[in-house]
Amino acid sequence: MNNHEDDKELRALLKQAFPPIQDTELQRDLWPQMLRRMDEHPPLHVPWFDWVLAAGTVAALLIFPGAIPALLYHL
Amino acid sequence: MELLERFAAGDTDAFEGLFRQHQREVYAWIVRIVRDSGAAEDLTVETFWRIYRARDRFDPHGNFRAWMRRIATNAALDHLKRVRPETELTGDFPSPVRGDPAIRDELRRHITRAFLELPVKYRLVATLALIEEEPYTEIAQATGISVALVKVRIFRAVRMLRKKLNFLRLEAASK
Repeated sequence: MNNHEDDKELRALLKQAFPPIQDTELQRDLWPQMLRRMDEHPPLHVPWFDWVLAAGTVAALLIFPGAIPALLYHL
Repeated sequence: MELLERFAAGDTDAFEGLFRQHQREVYAWIVRIVRDSGAAEDLTVETFWRIYRARDRFDPHGNFRAWMRRIATNAALDHLKRVRPETELTGDFPSPVRGDPAIRDELRRHITRAFLELPVKYRLVATLALIEEEPYTEIAQATGISVALVKVRIFRAVRMLRKKLNFLRLEAASK
């Protein structure tokens, strides 16, 4: 038997072992599940003053790099 | 503003609209890959969760369906990587009864084992092409690879399957 016939036989056997899915219809609305997922993982919201604080810290470290060891010591 | 623009801007109602419009399509695509209705439902939600989180990166003038299908395929692929092969593809979809039951079961067992041992990326493409008979262009778009690479993966999958089956036949014959 050549490879081509072998492949055809193999494909046929594969389709017998794994018949194509006939019923692909979704049985229920999944939106409630989606809402639960969204509630469990609300989008991360960082308050504006946290951004100001972070920006201030970065600016201070850029201006006074000598303060980096002191900052690390206090972390 | 169009639905896709509102979705990209973070409008939850627009997201709900897209979800309701496409959940069946996503489920139908995923269930054909993972062949398990329960897992396909979870993965449909996972797909839309990934879509929701990536909304900032979506171009409202782009092809939403193609983007969605790609994300769904990746979610299904991640699932196939996670799930142990022994429990995979058994699901709730029995095969039709044909021929001598003993021979059929033996053959089915060998084919199933060989197929499940394929590397996941080959199994995904082989499932879509050889079992579900999806066009190569659809598979290429959904997996993010070229049509040529789809053909290569199918060729390699068939070659690997043939090798494995020959080995299993030899193994069975020696017992």
